[in-house]
Amino acid sequence: MTGTGLLYQGADWNFTIIRDCYNAIEEIAEKELGLNVFPNRIEVITSEQMLDVYTASGMPINYHHWSYGKRFAGHENAYRRGLMGLAYEVVINSNPCISYLMEENSATMQALVIAHAAFGHNHFFKNNRLFQEWTDPSQILNYLEFARGYISRCEEIHGQAAVERVLDAAHALQGQGVNRHSGSRRVDLKDEQARARERRAYEDRSFNDLWRTLPQGSEPEFFGDGEKQALRRRLGLPEENILYFLEKHAPRLTAWEREIIRIVRLIAQYFYPQPQLKLMNEGCATWVHDRIMSRLHEKGLIDDAAFMEVIHSTTNVIAQFGYEQGSTSFNPYALGFAMMKDIERICTDPTEEDRRWQPDIAGNGDAYATLRHAWAEYRDESFVLQFLSPKVMRDFRMFRLLDDTRDPYLLVDAIHDEAGYRDIRRTVAASYDPSAWYTEIEIVDVDTLGDRTLRLEHRTKSGQVLADNDMKLTLNALADLWGYRVVLDEIDTPTGRVVLSHEAGQA
Amino acid sequence: MDIIDRRSNPHGKNLENRRRALERARGAVQKAVRDAVANGKIREIGDGKAVSIPADALHEPGFHRVFTQGERHIILTGNHEFSRGDKLRRPPSGGGGKGGGPGQAGTDGGGEDAYRFILSRDEFLDLFFDDLELPDLIKREISATETAAPSRAGLSNDGSPSQLDLGRTIRYSMARRIGLGRPKPAELDEIEARITELEEVRPLSSAQLEELEELREKRGNLRQRMNRIPWVDPVDLRYRRFAPTPKPSTRAVMFCLMDVSGSMTERMKDLAKQFFLLLHVFLEKRYKTLDVVFIRHAETAEEVDEETFFHDPRTGGTVVSTALEEMLQVQRARYPVQQWNIYVAQASDGDNSPSDTPQVVRLLGEEILPLVQYYAYIEVTGSGAIIRGETDLWQAYRSVAEKQPHLAIRQVSDRKEIFPVFRDLFARKTTGEASHA
Repeated sequence: MTGTGLLYQGADWNFTIIRDCYNAIEEIAEKELGLNVFPNRIEVITSEQMLDVYTASGMPINYHHWSYGKRFAGHENAYRRGLMGLAYEVVINSNPCISYLMEENSATMQALVIAHAAFGHNHFFKNNRLFQEWTDPSQILNYLEFARGYISRCEEIHGQAAVERVLDAAHALQGQGVNRHSGSRRVDLKDEQARARERRAYEDRSFNDLWRTLPQGSEPEFFGDGEKQALRRRLGLPEENILYFLEKHAPRLTAWEREIIRIVRLIAQYFYPQPQLKLMNEGCATWVHDRIMSRLHEKGLIDDAAFMEVIHSTTNVIAQFGYEQGSTSFNPYALGFAMMKDIERICTDPTEEDRRWQPDIAGNGDAYATLRHAWAEYRDESFVLQFLSPKVMRDFRMFRLLDDTRDPYLLVDAIHDEAGYRDIRRTVAASYDPSAWYTEIEIVDVDTLGDRTLRLEHRTKSGQVLADNDMKLTLNALADLWGYRVVLDEIDTPTGRVVLSHEAGQA
Repeated sequence: MDIIDRRSNPHGKNLENRRRALERARGAVQKAVRDAVANGKIREIGDGKAVSIPADALHEPGFHRVFTQGERHIILTGNHEFSRGDKLRRPPSGGGGKGGGPGQAGTDGGGEDAYRFILSRDEFLDLFFDDLELPDLIKREISATETAAPSRAGLSNDGSPSQLDLGRTIRYSMARRIGLGRPKPAELDEIEARITELEEVRPLSSAQLEELEELREKRGNLRQRMNRIPWVDPVDLRYRRFAPTPKPSTRAVMFCLMDVSGSMTERMKDLAKQFFLLLHVFLEKRYKTLDVVFIRHAETAEEVDEETFFHDPRTGGTVVSTALEEMLQVQRARYPVQQWNIYVAQASDGDNSPSDTPQVVRLLGEEILPLVQYYAYIEVTGSGAIIRGETDLWQAYRSVAEKQPHLAIRQVSDRKEIFPVFRDLFARKTTGEASHA
């Protein structure tokens, strides 16, 4: 500590300063804000290492694949040409929670990142229900290590091209590789590793429903409707998790190919909650760092210059551009932070309007507890539906457009006024509804008696069909893994009419 | 809480991934190179070109929806002017015409940029020749015909005594001697002198005796060191090294003659262009200055620029001799035989008006071939040629070629034949030159 009572002065940092900052921040986070976090691990890395981490979906380790190389090149390019600043931090939802600090950061930025990542994100990871339900932070790093080793062994044995073929196809189907609706299906990743070898050996010998039902001679009457139904049940149809289905039932895959599909599926599953919590997660971390850095300043632990830097950097992060600047979406940092500041205000200093809109929290006087409750219990969609207040809508000057393709114009059908608040809030919330971006595709049938054609249905949403080019490529990938013909029907949801029908693979 | 300094951990974790991405892009890069050749100018081929490959090559597909018709809502921010019921003109495209919804636009929707690769000339040519399916042969051909001149290329540890770099050798030897502590002769002399001095003193005091003993021992040491640490050790030796560098000789001009009458299709011209391009690359490696003259002809001939040469069709009959005359005229005016190596490449579909062919034979045999280093005639054949058999022009050229081996004639009907034909032509060239000389 310096004689002035400040944690540091100027921009330079060293490990003692980081430790002192951490301790000061921890005290505020735990004693004042009541945050509850996983044990922290702070790692200092260079900008190049940051690019690496950034590329591998924020994971410190991953298997080799060309798509990461492509992503790295993209990031590096953008970074070198100054189009993109590097993230100041990357934090991993693991136990212990790892936060990466970049060596180029100033002392103030290191403190800010610790507050933001090691406490904000960390608290959110540990306490949000969705994360608790879906992810296993204590095992993810071990599992990724296993996955990497497994895949590179496969490359040694079967060749890079053969492995890449399976990985490419599985990546294309990643979005259809998660269980969305089935209660708690958190996979125990530790068991996963232990069981992997055993499972492979077992599956080599295992019994396959599809082969058992190969037509033998001409006894079609043997398979009545009841038989078919029973078979469908045994295959678990309809099934929305395409990767899962392939892993279990695709007739032509070998054991190692199934294991690779499983790896891609489990990793996709691990990341499944993240996009549903982006707004809240970033909002929470930003609010936490803002509060903590302000407290450090109030307590005289950082000087005015440092605090100005905090304000400057926070302002950059929470900038929301309007439609005139070409922005068509919300900056999750901006909206999340604004809503959390707003909750704080409603709790401590509500207006008449707030009492009408948020009677249950207005003026309750305990902003921190209210926020902690929200962070734990909501996801982006329900959070917006519950807490987006007229004041925030006015501050952002939100308005809603109706895009009806039959009209030559776009209609402004709601603005930030008394009549429009509820419409706007509902639409913002709906845009965070996972079903707004996940594509609903199900495997509905397998022609077990004939040519083993796999049938899928896509339930379209009001006039939205699958992007054609991507659909073809993905369907080819699917047919490749399945090994036989694949048919995909696009169904108009209300009427059940088939709008489009596609197929891939040989008949 | 732990703080770990990971900065010294291995870097470049993504090297392997990047290598794989490049490998995957290679096919697309090659296609881009091919297109660049097809669209580019012969003189500029491969000059530090940036080729773009479509993002498709590295595209990662997935199922996702697009909004095509019906209704949807979009929330935007920053309203300063609109009231409910206002109508906005629909933006021409974009405006969310693609992408599932406003929430998605920023994440993956913008991934359609092309990737740009900057290729050096050599990389460019490598990829280009690769496309012609015999990547190494052309390079061998070219290097075989180069004349090499030695040029300074640093120092080496061995070489012939005449190339010894004395200054450098002594500098190394000095450094080594100082480093190993070789005594200076003056130092030894001083000791010798003192020893002689002491040896003359009689009787010696015990202190003097001790000194003498000491000095003798020291002298022994120094002598030993001087013997052990030579002035110039073999490790000190440095020789000037010379490496052969290709030295292009003199000047050359390349005449490109092409029939552009209606019967030459775009595809035929493209084949011709591939051939001209190869010849250009070949000659450029050999000559310091290379001029290219484009002459096209139908009923009449004219000198044109490259753009017109390849892209401006004409119709009408074909009189080949006009092109030969034009070539001779340009040669006489600008390229005297004593100063220029002259090459001619002619591409044609073999159509000529029958009455002109004797004139072609005369011009070629009596006037042009005596002037030129090499004359290559390629006949690009369409599907019709199979039925037609040999063209008049082909027969005429063949009769000349039998007498004059530096006229080479070949038929080409497909891109992949271009390179073998080219190689074949230039393999003959070396023997032809030998017999010619």
